[in-house]
Amino acid sequence: MRLILDTIDENLIVKFKGELDHHTTEEARNKIDMWYFEKRKKNIIFDLRELNFMDSSGIGLIMGRYKTCKENGGEVFIVSSNSNVERILRMSGIYKIIRVYPTVDSILENSLEG
Amino acid sequence: MMKNTNYMKLEFASKSTNEAFARVVVAAFASQLDPTIEEISDIKTAVSEAVTNSIIHGYENVEGMVTIESRIVDNEIEIIIKDDGKGIDDLEKALEPFYTSKPELERSGMGFTVMETFMDKLEVVSEPGKGTKVRMIKKFKSLPNKE
Repeated sequence: MRLILDTIDENLIVKFKGELDHHTTEEARNKIDMWYFEKRKKNIIFDLRELNFMDSSGIGLIMGRYKTCKENGGEVFIVSSNSNVERILRMSGIYKIIRVYPTVDSILENSLEG
Repeated sequence: MMKNTNYMKLEFASKSTNEAFARVVVAAFASQLDPTIEEISDIKTAVSEAVTNSIIHGYENVEGMVTIESRIVDNEIEIIIKDDGKGIDDLEKALEPFYTSKPELERSGMGFTVMETFMDKLEVVSEPGKGTKVRMIKKFKSLPNKE
C-alpha cells in the first residue's frame, strides 16, 4: 500500500494506492493523524480511486477519522470509483454519514459553494 | 461423472504482514474455478477478515500459527480458517454487526458480517482458551473447467 498525503486549503487529502487491510491501516493511521493535527486541517478527503482492495479495517480507519474531524468541526469526504471498494463501503452503511464524490475537484468546488 | 475436486492446506505465523499473503494464496487456489473478478474479490475480503480476527483477537499480543484449509468440489469452494488462540467468550455477541471487543483499535465490528455477506455460508466454532474455527462456503456461478 502506498499512502500519499497532500493539503489544499483546510483539507487533508489522503490517497491510497494498493491494498488497505489491518496491517496497512496501522501504518496509515499515525501518518494521517500527524498531518491532520500538525497542519491544523479541518476536513479529510479520502481518495480511494487507486485502491484495489479494502476490508473492514479500512472502514474502521475511515470511521475513526470521521470522529476526529467531527470533534474538530470538520467533515470527511470519499472519492471512489472502484467497484470492489464501493461494495464494502456500501454494505458498511458509511454512505449514510459520508458523501461520495467522483473527483477531488468536485468536493473542493462544492465546499467553496457551501 | 467424476467430480472436480482439489485440496490445499496452508500454515503461517500470525503476523499482520501475512494477511495479504493469505488472501492472495486462497484467491489463487480459487482461480481454477474461473471466477469473476467480483467473486475473487469476495473471497479475498472474507479470508482477510477471518485471518485478521485470528491475528488480532485469537493471538492478541502473542504469536501463534494460523491454518487455512480449502477444498474445491465442482463449482463450490470451502475455506476453513483456524487458530489455536484464546477463543471467543461470547460468540453470539461477536457475530452481531458493529460489535467489537476492541473499539480502541478502531475495529469496525464488521468482520463476521462481511464474511456472511460475501460468502454463501458461514459457520463459526470457538472455544475459550482453545481457539476459533471459521468455515465458509462459496458457490461460483461459473462452471468449472472440464478436463
